Amino acid sequence: MKTYTNTGNKDTRSGFGAGLEELGKTNENVVALCADLTGSLKMNAFADAHPDRFFQVGIAEANMMGIAAGMTIGGKIPFTGTFANFSTGRVYDQIRQSIAYSDKNVKICASHSGLTLGEDGATHQILEDLGLMKMLPGMTVINTCDYNQTKAATLAIADHHGPVYLRFGRPKVANFTPENGDFQIGKAVHLQEGTDVTIVATGHLVWEALEAAKALNEKGISAEVINIHTIKPLDEEAIVASVKKTGCIVTAEEHNYLGGLGESVARTLAQHHPTPQEFVATQDTFGESGTPEQLLEKYGLNAANIVAKAEQVINRK
Amino acid sequence: MADIQHLKDLVTQVRRDIVRQVHAVSSGHPGGSLGCAEFIVALYHEIMDHNPDFNMDGHNEDLFFLSNGHISPVFYSVLAHAGYFPKEELSTFRKLNSRLQGHPTTHEGLPGVRIASGSLGQGMSVGIGAALSKKLNGDDKTVFTLHGDGELQEGQIWESAMYASANHVDNLIATIDVNGQQIDGSTDSVLALGDLRKKFEAFGWEVLTINKGNDMEAVVSGVKEAISLTRKRKPVCILLHTTMGHGVDFMMGSHEWHGIAPNDEQLAEALKQNPETIGDY
Repeated sequence: MKTYTNTGNKDTRSGFGAGLEELGKTNENVVALCADLTGSLKMNAFADAHPDRFFQVGIAEANMMGIAAGMTIGGKIPFTGTFANFSTGRVYDQIRQSIAYSDKNVKICASHSGLTLGEDGATHQILEDLGLMKMLPGMTVINTCDYNQTKAATLAIADHHGPVYLRFGRPKVANFTPENGDFQIGKAVHLQEGTDVTIVATGHLVWEALEAAKALNEKGISAEVINIHTIKPLDEEAIVASVKKTGCIVTAEEHNYLGGLGESVARTLAQHHPTPQEFVATQDTFGESGTPEQLLEKYGLNAANIVAKAEQVINRK
Repeated sequence: MADIQHLKDLVTQVRRDIVRQVHAVSSGHPGGSLGCAEFIVALYHEIMDHNPDFNMDGHNEDLFFLSNGHISPVFYSVLAHAGYFPKEELSTFRKLNSRLQGHPTTHEGLPGVRIASGSLGQGMSVGIGAALSKKLNGDDKTVFTLHGDGELQEGQIWESAMYASANHVDNLIATIDVNGQQIDGSTDSVLALGDLRKKFEAFGWEVLTINKGNDMEAVVSGVKEAISLTRKRKPVCILLHTTMGHGVDFMMGSHEWHGIAPNDEQLAEALKQNPETIGDY
């Protein structure tokens, strides 16, 4: 098994902030907009260094999406920043018409996604955003797993022409992917080679999947672990190739099992290689207040549940 | 100034195009389209510095965004007569595989359209974005937007109105088509808009009223006056008073013609009232 080292817990949103700060220096067309959450989104460094290219829009997310769409006319590359809930559900029609249908080069950057937002509770813990965004034609959907990958993704999406939804989170989590690593949109990352079960994870659950693979290994089960940072376009080839080898799959995500990564994988497999699958995801519920750790445990979004689902799905082979 | 008679002839031709487009597919929105004919003809044939050899970024051009996208028939007709695409294409309006969708879109690549619109309330934000982009680029041209008065019931309009004044977006002229009608009835009966001048002034805008929005001379001089008010640290709003359905007597002043098409007899009557000038498509 490959060994991955956590170089120190860091929040993915700070990876976004670091990427944006770097883009400020390297790409003069990059502009940033924020709806009164500059500190939470870690956009301060960009805002301080480039006040002329930073637009504080206030608590008015619909207007922010429209302004971002308009700024692309004239060649700007707008990055919008607010919480995932306010980046998607609150402004779905603005994104649909003014950005997606209008083919605008806007990067919708969303922090505080999922349960790990924590104590603020269900009003802010969106678990439906991946589904909402992947259904929009032409939208690229990315959910990064750690600080380094979030920074790399932030840099990569500036060079990709077209609308992008970049989803990341609030808590400090393991940072284990390479510093200044390559980020290829739509390309799965193989973290462990295995033969008994495939574990496909996204976002904060990638580290949990690695922990689960270690636990499975101790039980004599060989798990293949794939980091799917791009939900859309999905690297179908990598997933199909893996299940052809392992014969079963577990998907893991901090999202409702309806509409998320698991469903995209299930559709892919139904079409190309029907395979037993289990889902580590929330079960069509809202979240609630609690610490991130408590919530992940209560809703089964952790290594222990990935292990349990892996054993279940192996029995279905 | 261009020959005023030529502008009026264009308006008459545009009105013919509007009713013919809508009649051909028995769908579309003639009322608001007819009412805004003078304004949009004035923009594209007298006011704006624009290039029909279309480029999305529109550097060093004045830009226009139609926020109330349902009046696409007037927009398409004016764009065609301004040379953005062949006027024969107007015959494809709302038909399968057309670039002239029911509501304007960039998605099919129709030259002259820079944003999709139809779901209301979004165009002022887009116009602000384009205006900010121009400022960043050192481009001193002006951004125009057009909104229905009923559209002002959308909350996003007021988000954007607040932003534009707070941030001195003074290269933007937002025009409100004040025709007092919307789908379900008069704006007063559906959701009264109150005193629009006071509302926009309270939001920090420079406000100018064009009382005769269907009089070409009044429209041209009013819009030119609005341009003179730009670049003074305030966004500019034109309250353009028009008559829904203007130019076709049986459609005038009623919400009934907001979104229905004329039948064969009604078309003939409408065309009789608007004789061919520049040439039908």
